[in-house]
Amino acid sequence: MNATIPTDYYLWLSLALFTIGVIGVLTRRNVIIILMSIELILNAVNINLMVFSRMWGSVDGQVFAIFVITDAAAEAAVGLGIILAFFRNRETLLADEMDMLKW
Amino acid sequence: MNAHPFFLGHVWLIPLFPLLTAAAMLFIGRRLNNSAVNALCCGSVFASFIFSVGAFLQLIALPSEERLVTSVLFEWIPALPFHMLNGRLANFVADFGFQIDPLSCVMILIVTGVGFLIHVYSTGYMAHEGGYYRFFGYLNLFMFSMLILVLANNLVMLFVGWEGVGTCSYLLIGFYFHRKSASDAGKKAFIVNRIGDAGFLLGIFLTSALLGTIRFAEIGPALAAGHFAMGDPLLTAIALLFFVGATGKSAQIPLYVWLPDAMEGPTPVSALIHAATMVTAGVYMVTRTNAIYQLAPKAMALVALVGAVTALFAASIGVVQTDIKKVLAYSTVSQLGYMFLACGVGAFTAGIFHLMTHAFFKGLLFLAAGSVIHALSGEQDMRKMGALSKKIPVTYWTMLIATLAIAGIFPFAGFLSKDLILGKAYEKDALLWAIGYFTAGMTAFYMFRLIFMTFHGTSRVDHDVEHHIHESPKSMLIPLLILAGLSIAGGWLSWPEIFGGNSRFVRFLEPVIATTQLARPEPTHGPGSPHGEIYLMLLSEGLVVLGICFAWYLYIKRTELPGKIAKSLGGFYRLVYHKYYVDQLYDALFVNRAKDLGLALGVFDTTVINGVGVNGAGWLTRFISNLSMWWDTWIVDGSIRLGSRIVWLFSYPVRLIQDGLVQSYMLLIVVGLIGFLGYYFYLGHHAVR
Repeated sequence: MNATIPTDYYLWLSLALFTIGVIGVLTRRNVIIILMSIELILNAVNINLMVFSRMWGSVDGQVFAIFVITDAAAEAAVGLGIILAFFRNRETLLADEMDMLKW
Repeated sequence: MNAHPFFLGHVWLIPLFPLLTAAAMLFIGRRLNNSAVNALCCGSVFASFIFSVGAFLQLIALPSEERLVTSVLFEWIPALPFHMLNGRLANFVADFGFQIDPLSCVMILIVTGVGFLIHVYSTGYMAHEGGYYRFFGYLNLFMFSMLILVLANNLVMLFVGWEGVGTCSYLLIGFYFHRKSASDAGKKAFIVNRIGDAGFLLGIFLTSALLGTIRFAEIGPALAAGHFAMGDPLLTAIALLFFVGATGKSAQIPLYVWLPDAMEGPTPVSALIHAATMVTAGVYMVTRTNAIYQLAPKAMALVALVGAVTALFAASIGVVQTDIKKVLAYSTVSQLGYMFLACGVGAFTAGIFHLMTHAFFKGLLFLAAGSVIHALSGEQDMRKMGALSKKIPVTYWTMLIATLAIAGIFPFAGFLSKDLILGKAYEKDALLWAIGYFTAGMTAFYMFRLIFMTFHGTSRVDHDVEHHIHESPKSMLIPLLILAGLSIAGGWLSWPEIFGGNSRFVRFLEPVIATTQLARPEPTHGPGSPHGEIYLMLLSEGLVVLGICFAWYLYIKRTELPGKIAKSLGGFYRLVYHKYYVDQLYDALFVNRAKDLGLALGVFDTTVINGVGVNGAGWLTRFISNLSMWWDTWIVDGSIRLGSRIVWLFSYPVRLIQDGLVQSYMLLIVVGLIGFLGYYFYLGHHAVR
């Protein structure tokens, strides 16, 4: 009984998630949405790691996925902190009004 | 130094005492109360007096030819080699040295003795004045300077004291500095003295250049060694330059104008500095350098003439003055004229003798006048006095004694000294004698005018002053009494031979007078014979009594007469009353010209120095800095800005990418990613082929 879902299905899913994420990051103005889109991208990567882990029968990919989740949590915490501080100073959450990186 | 007895070896202590207390007063005097000031200042002068008496006693114990004790503390200006006028090499050395001989001994006794009495008097007179410690500090500084002056063993040291007393005189004349007239008078005294000092200083230089020494003890030998002829023009020049200094300090024509104004100072100062001691410094200096004068007969003749004319001139002004201190001031000028008359006719000892008696009676006159002023709450105008003899009897009697002394009534001190001078003048020149003789009559007249206007007749005192009249405190009266005693007996020190005396004082001073150079001509007439001397004395007594009677007639008997006489004389009276307009003349000739010069220099200063110099330099600096600023802006800064502008231009496309928006960066990343991926896909496609 070999009724498993083929690997490339997962890859398509992952690609779809990744593309949604990238489009979200590029098009949405609210930085919180952008942060959420980044989570989508990360999870697309996680799906890739998981599916290749299963394909090769190795847990290395799963270990990496756990690291990425941890990293995403930390990143969300720091990112939200930055957003809070930024909002207090500039009273805005719109990414196109945050052009101070060039200075 | 140690070979000498104690007091003679330590004469340098005599000026030291007042110096220490003067320093104490000026540094910490503000914190002392009046009795501490009294104790310190009078005590130090008293100590000087004791040391002076000690030195005197030890000096007369020496044989007469050894009575010259020099003590050099150190070489103040060490040897400077220079070429004398005759080309020989000499050393200019100024000792910090003291010399005591009969002349300086007499002077220190007068200065410390009269000075001490006046210090005591001042404790009463100044008791209610502000700046008490300052007054005594200056007074002690004056004592120090005066003692340096009379104890100096060389001309430069004498000059130090000379300038010191001038400074103290300035400080004390302007003691009431909040009064403009007082500060003006101080400046006037200082500046007029400065003119004389310039002459004196030139004289010192010339002495040094001609004789190669400035020590008094070496001047005589240097003159002998130099074989100077009688009337040597350079010696005459020295004598005249010294005399210029003397006319300034001792208030002779033409530099006498400061002394009457100096009466702005407190009365004890007038007594001590402007009557008894400082103004006699010129007489002392001429006597001290008599060896030079005796070789310069023309200078001597000028000294005698100036002295006699000053005596007469000042006495004539004194006749019409109404301020009690001004009368005494002109009287001082007149009496100083007598002293120079004495020096000029070669009777230096007589001059010093008159200096001493004058110190007693003129000091007393001023102190008594101060007592009168004190009693009248500051009134100095004799027209507002009168009938005071009963109210302040001690002042009256002591002042009367001093007046008898200055008028020259036998046997008071002034009689003996003045007739000694007149006798010597008669030997020399009948005209000089006649001037002095006539002046003696005027002296008697104006002094008794003062007595009668102040103490006799009817009272013209203001009503609100009248009931304040009081005799002065003991501290003021005791000096008056002592000086009155000296005014009577001071002359007896030199009781003339014709009255069976031995002229002890004159004999005591004689070693100081150079006799080697100039053999005195034997008198051929007049007081050469005892009878002549008696006749002269009787003659002057007659004139003096006449002057007193005249004063009595005008100011007691017929008090309306002086006004009428003044009116009938009209222009001449006004001329004398305004002191011959000498002050106005000097103002027009010198003072205003000096002011003009000052104004011209001021204009020069504002236009040339300020306008061209300072402003020009400022303009130049600004111009150069503008230039430098232009260079900085356009060349230095410009090159840097040009570089930055070039970098800016080239960075333009890079700057376009960096817009600071996170999302545009992200877009670039995605575009880049797609680009890479596309490239690898393209490569893979070809690889498969």
